[in-house]
Formats: sequence, structure tokens, C-alpha cells
Amino acid sequence: MPDTDSNTAAGFVPQSSIPQISIPPISLRRRVMDHVMTGVAVLTVALVLLPLFAIFAYLVYKGIGSINLAFLTQIPKPPGEPGGGMANAIVGSMVILAIASLLGVPLGIGAGIFLSEYGRNRYGDIVRFVSDVLNGVPSIVIGIVAYGLVVMRQKHFSALAGGVALAIMMVPTIARTTEQMLLLVPQAIREAAYGLGVSRWRTTLSITLRTATSGVITGVMLAFARVAGETAPLLFTAFGNQYWNWRTDQPTAALSLQIFTYAISPFDEWHRQAWAGALVLIVLIVGAVAAVRIAVKHGTLAGA
Amino acid sequence: MGVGITVEHLNAFYGKTQALFDINIAVLANHATALIGPSGCGKSTFIRCLNRMHETIPEARVDGKVLIGDLSVYNGTSATQLRRRVGMVFQKANPFPTMSIYDNVAAGLKLNGFRNRKQLDEVVHKSLHNSALWDEVKDHLHKKSGASLSGGQQQRLCIARALAVQPEVLLMDEPCSALDPISTGKIEELIFQLKEQYTIVIVTHNMQQAARVAEFTGFFLLGKMIEFDKTEKIFTNPSDKRTEDYVTGRFG
Repeated sequence: MPDTDSNTAAGFVPQSSIPQISIPPISLRRRVMDHVMTGVAVLTVALVLLPLFAIFAYLVYKGIGSINLAFLTQIPKPPGEPGGGMANAIVGSMVILAIASLLGVPLGIGAGIFLSEYGRNRYGDIVRFVSDVLNGVPSIVIGIVAYGLVVMRQKHFSALAGGVALAIMMVPTIARTTEQMLLLVPQAIREAAYGLGVSRWRTTLSITLRTATSGVITGVMLAFARVAGETAPLLFTAFGNQYWNWRTDQPTAALSLQIFTYAISPFDEWHRQAWAGALVLIVLIVGAVAAVRIAVKHGTLAGA
Repeated sequence: MGVGITVEHLNAFYGKTQALFDINIAVLANHATALIGPSGCGKSTFIRCLNRMHETIPEARVDGKVLIGDLSVYNGTSATQLRRRVGMVFQKANPFPTMSIYDNVAAGLKLNGFRNRKQLDEVVHKSLHNSALWDEVKDHLHKKSGASLSGGQQQRLCIARALAVQPEVLLMDEPCSALDPISTGKIEELIFQLKEQYTIVIVTHNMQQAARVAEFTGFFLLGKMIEFDKTEKIFTNPSDKRTEDYVTGRFG
């Protein structure tokens, strides 16, 4: 055991024995560099935002002229006839995305919970690897899978098949972001709940997941926005429809499909409507994401 | 009312490393017992064995016998049932950040399925009152998050949260180590009052604190309980040389 004398002076170097150093004033070069680097940072932000605004501005320029009440309330007219709209595709997109979210969000969040709370082992590693691979699978391949899983069995194209294809695409993104967000919740928060006699599954759902809510929702919205504009997986699942369809087991129109069909058609009127459709699609996605954000913010407490 | 704690031949491990060696101790009901000792000597590990928090760490395990009142901790009792009777306050205040002050205190009851709104209100009021926080938070119980409070207030919120499930034993793992002297004073005062209803085991690095709040003190060194006796005896006339060296500040 150490004695009294050693703990007062152990390892302490007297200030007087440290060589005198003088810290030079901040040079002109460093001050200039400071401003240059700040400028570079601002410039890169502008470069990142530029394409977004450029796309949006171009869509407004090309599409706004064709957006009117008829476009939002009527179904397509036969080629050559003026007028008509994409109401059925707007509704169809919403239905397909609702199905995709209903299937994909719980599955993705569930997988994320497994990875973060129970997956710190080999099984978790396998799931992580598979989910990363799934994330890299081309969307048209996922369309083929949904074709095999749903369309072949039902014997016809359907909104359900389109929803399944998009759900499969949503799962890996949601799972991995949910995992990361749950891992950010300090262990001390979980321990606080255990210490109150709260069971593990209850802690995970009511404490850990709740603490990570805003991050998990970001992941969900990211996945949603990503699949909302997908066309390839819908080509032979939802298939598209020129008429109203309210049944989830029948071929269903979707905005992205309608844009695709119109854009490759030879008719000028259809080209204009494709631009308008693209604008509506973007506005719907931005609107949905913003609405969720506002709703979440509204439910957050002061200081949280 | 509090209940006593009996520990017999307790050994605790992290993987292959043994952290506690053959601990024997009897803690008296409705008294405060302080555990002192240098960092890494097993004090925290020991109190985490009393409510089975130790086993939440991967590869950690325990053997030996622990009785909380007449409840055998490592013999068929479920960890969740046990932890409702043995509350815990941690070193760093850990309120649930997304919950309001009210919900933080009510969390233990709500998450265990208790839904009676009127009784919840009453329990929350009483717990915040007993943790000396009521006057400071009563105007924004539902509006402010638990994380919006100051450090000392957060720690008292955590104490209120632990009291709300009405435990018989309260374990405190260095509850004042991150607090200023004023907040520390408030919490020590609180411990004095809480003793009437709860059995308190408090880990502390601050020997004056142990002397102020506890009737009994245990001294830990390198995973062993060196000495356990009345606080007065430990600080004035310890029977072990190592205890004397530690409390007189010769090492640690």
C-alpha cells in the first residue's frame, strides 16, 4: 500500500521547470484561411441544394400549365382527345403506397428492433448482411419477385402486388436506420426502466423505441420517399389502368407508371400531362413527409 | 415499510473476471447503509446484484444467496417482480427524455399496467413531494420534458420515479457524484427522511457523505468486503488496518 508521502508529490512536475513557450498571435494567413474554408463549406451546401431546386423549378415550369381541376379529378381520355387527367393514378399511387407502408413499416421496424436489442450476435450479423444485399437489389428484380409471389398466384396484376414490391424495398432501409437509432439510445435509459420492474419487451417498445421515435420516423420517411417514385417494380405488379379501380386485387394505375406511359408516347398533349404528373408526384411526396414531420413535432414536449 | 437484506456467500463475475468474492452482509431495515471504497472495488457491482441488474450485462453472472426481506432473489423470483420491490437510483440522472415530468414519475406504474388515473395523480404528487421536487415542477408537470430540468432536479425526479412504484428497498449508486453541493445537500436531507419508510443502500465516494447519512458503513477493497460495522466505528475506530488507511486518506 502506498504511504502518505508519495501521494502528494507523485508524478507532479513543478511549473517553473517547464520551458517557457510563447503562443504566437493568429497570423493573417490563418485568418484568411478561416474565411476561405467557411466559404467552401457554404458553396458545397449550395451545390448540394442546387439540383433539388433546379428539378423542382423545371417541373413547375413544364408542368404547372397542365394542372387544372380536370387533371386532378378526371381519368385519362383516349389519345388525340384533349383534356382528361390522372385522378385514378393519384388515388392508385396513394393506395399502393398505403399498402406498402402497412406491410413494410412494421416489418422494417420489427427487424430493426431485433438487430439492435437482440441481434448483437451471429444471427444479427446474418440479418444485417442479407438486409444490405436486399438494399442493393435492382428494383426491377424486386418487381419480378412480387410478380412471382402475388401476381402468379392471383392470376392477375393488382395494387396488392405493387404494394408488396414496394414494401420489400422499404424493409432494409427502415430496418437499418431503426437499428442505428435504437443503438443511439443510452443504455442508462434502458436500465432506468429495468430498475422500475418493467419487462424487457415493454422497455423496448415503450422506452427505447419511444426515445428514438424521431430518428425512426426519419428512416421511415426516407424509405417512403424512395419507393414513392419507383416505376420499375410496378410495371408487372400494379401494371397500370386507364380507368377507375377501387379494388386492391385488380390492375391499378400509379402516377409513376402513368408518367412513364405518357412520356414515351408520341402525343404532345400526353407529354405535357406527364410533366404535370411528375410535379404532382413530387408535391405529394414532399407534402406527406412534411405532414408527418409537423405531426411529430406537434407531439414533442418542450425541452425533449 | 422497509425490509432487511441478507447476503450470504455472494460471488459475481464479468465473463471470466471475478468482481466480488464471498460477500456476507446483513442490512438492517429502515436504516441507511453506505458502501465506500476506491474506484473499481465492486461497490456498484454489489448493489446491482441486489436487484438483479448485474445480469443485464452480457456474460455477467452471480452465485450465492440474497434475501430481500423473506424474498429469495436468486431462487425462482422473477427479476421484474423483484425490481418493483427494490428501487434504484443511478449515478447519472437518467430521466426518460421524451416523457413529461408527470409521465416520468408515473412510468413505473403505467408500464406495469396500472391505469387508474386518479390514483396515478395521487402517487405522482406524493412521490414528487417526497423527493422535494414538487414545488419546483408543479406548474409544468405535463408540459415539460424530464430532460429539461437541471441536473439536481433530474436526479430528484429519478428518485421520485423510483419511489412511485412503492419499493421496500432503495438502492442508490453514487446519486450525488454529478451534483453541486446544494443539490447534494437536498438529496442527503431526502435520504434522512426516506429512511423512515425505506431501507437504503447507498454507494458513495464521498466519505463525509457516508458519515452524514448512514448508520452503517461497509468498506470494499478489490472485490472483497473488508469491514462492515456501525458508521461511527468505521470512521473512528476501525478494526482493520486497511479500513483505517482508507478512511484517514492514506490511499484511494
